[in-house]
Amino acid sequence: MIEDKKYETQYRFAFIDEATKKEIRRKLLKAIAVPGYQVPYSSPEMPIARGWGTGGLHVTLAIIGPTDIFKIIDQGSDASVNACNLRNFVQTMTGVETTLDTQKATIIQTRHRITEEALSTHQIFVYQVPQPEPLRSVERYENKTRQMHAEADYAKMWVSLYEQYVRHGDIMMGAGYPVKVNGRYIMAPSPIPKWDVPNLNNSKAIHLFGAGREKRLYAVPPFTKVEPLEFEDIKFHIEDFKGTACFRTGNTKAFLDELYYDDGSKHFVINDSNYLDKLVQKENPIQHNNHYLNQLDNEA
Amino acid sequence: MGYFAVKGGAEAIQNSLELMDFYRIKNATTVLEIDQIVSQLRVAVGKVMSEGSLYSEEYAAIAIKQAEGDLLEAAFIIRAFRTTLERRFVSEPLNTREMFIKRKISASFREIPGGQILGPSMDYSQRILDVKKAIETKADLDRLLESFSGKIDASKLTNISHHEKVIDLLNKEGLIQKANEEENRALVDITREAIRFPAPRSARLQMMSRAETGSLMSMGYSSMRGFGSVHPTVGELRYGTVPVKIKDPRGRIRHIGAVEMTEAEMITGTKKSNKEGAALFSIGYGLCFGQNDTKVICMGILDTTLRNPDTSMPANDQEFVLYHSEGIEAMGFTNHLKLPHYVTFQSSLKNVKAAIERKNKP
Repeated sequence: MIEDKKYETQYRFAFIDEATKKEIRRKLLKAIAVPGYQVPYSSPEMPIARGWGTGGLHVTLAIIGPTDIFKIIDQGSDASVNACNLRNFVQTMTGVETTLDTQKATIIQTRHRITEEALSTHQIFVYQVPQPEPLRSVERYENKTRQMHAEADYAKMWVSLYEQYVRHGDIMMGAGYPVKVNGRYIMAPSPIPKWDVPNLNNSKAIHLFGAGREKRLYAVPPFTKVEPLEFEDIKFHIEDFKGTACFRTGNTKAFLDELYYDDGSKHFVINDSNYLDKLVQKENPIQHNNHYLNQLDNEA
Repeated sequence: MGYFAVKGGAEAIQNSLELMDFYRIKNATTVLEIDQIVSQLRVAVGKVMSEGSLYSEEYAAIAIKQAEGDLLEAAFIIRAFRTTLERRFVSEPLNTREMFIKRKISASFREIPGGQILGPSMDYSQRILDVKKAIETKADLDRLLESFSGKIDASKLTNISHHEKVIDLLNKEGLIQKANEEENRALVDITREAIRFPAPRSARLQMMSRAETGSLMSMGYSSMRGFGSVHPTVGELRYGTVPVKIKDPRGRIRHIGAVEMTEAEMITGTKKSNKEGAALFSIGYGLCFGQNDTKVICMGILDTTLRNPDTSMPANDQEFVLYHSEGIEAMGFTNHLKLPHYVTFQSSLKNVKAAIERKNKP
């Protein structure tokens, strides 16, 4: 008797077919070998919409193994709707353990934030990238931007930063501040706030970037130099919260969310949900260490 | 309370999904059967297979049901399903000249080899709302079927033959521009490698064959209306089934079935000065799954425009046309704006506030 299994849905481990996963891993190796260089890849369709984290998912699903521990955040929060949805998808398709604990995770997928808590050498940080091309704002054609990267011709980018300074008195780039990786390629760090950008520099973790819709992968290997673009006299700086304290912890040194309550009152709270929970529970999480955060300490 | 509302995302999703199911079935009507969708929503199924880039009438119908009739959403579901499938064989190149023709028209000549065959078409249906469809019964359908088969003359069914195409006639007379020797003729596979620009014609045609119908239509239309220069004639438009063949491990060619396709060959005059040679005709090609005249006609227009790159006209701009007619990607990205952006927004808020402070400083 042959059983009719046509309508029993069964997907392989990590959803994507093996040949494609292998292709993605090979492209990731290339990305690691040439830090900051955008590697084109197949980018198969996911059951998640384009622009909702498909590139991050490709990376996660290509590298994840049964013993990995997976964490995912969106805008710094483990509980955000899209993060919940993607966590559920990865968990269903792999059966791996998931966690909210930044320390415990071996793979952390993120949209628009680096965790407030420091990373270590056993961790891989996976970014969902909407626009991998840092030069897109100054050059709309892909075949031209590829050429500009190949020739390290970044003049248009520098002029754009200079014009922003002349017009507005500062470089007006917010999230997704362009960086130079390993002294060579200008790279879009995905729309993380400026607060997070220095934490890419000389990081102990591997940082992998997946732009699904635009079909590009790139990487920052561990202990790699990552510098935000700045002029000798006009320096990069992180967001200034002017000593505002988190209303739940009193902490003044973390990226804050601005909340508006029904009564019209405004509150600030630490954006990273796991970091906040740990502080509330007095677990003393260790924050990233960088020059800009140290400056805040000195000012305080 | 903003902060706490964000918590509990998982539960919110669960409830939302339950509501989706509830809204689909709340009026407790009869169950929509998949074979009903396959046969009675034939054109929709074709569109989903074409944009979903997978030929399976049954799965396309399931997706249409699941998506409550949103065809782009259904195509998206099919694309995602496609990712899980292993590629076991690559077919022999389809030969559309072997098409079993159900419809074949030409606007270029009054008579063409094999004749003009209107076939099933909505073109002359007079789009008058047929309210009788509301009270159609099974008995009506049976009667229609019976009367239809009564009209078939069995003696005429025996001779299936293939006819020359309109482009063959023009070719014989030497009226068609030969492909440029310098044109990149590499055969790439855009489902396995990200498209690179300038893209070879194979990549462009693949992108357009999977593209969203409405997007191709608007760009094809723009070229005809004045934001471009191509205003072609339908050389030939064919709809029918095309046999699919694969090579088995012993090297024998095996017929594994047939796919429904629509094909268009659009004729445009080439713009050449007399110095460069006579101004001949060029052919723009369109091909997709299912019956979709609009899609293949517009694809044919855009095939021609994209062979004449010109960034002053949107329809002649490869990156513009190909990136922005990819419906699944366009729909995903435009909808991603619904995701929270409060971190990125906070970052630009800080910039704007700082700029105001600088301005207000004496």
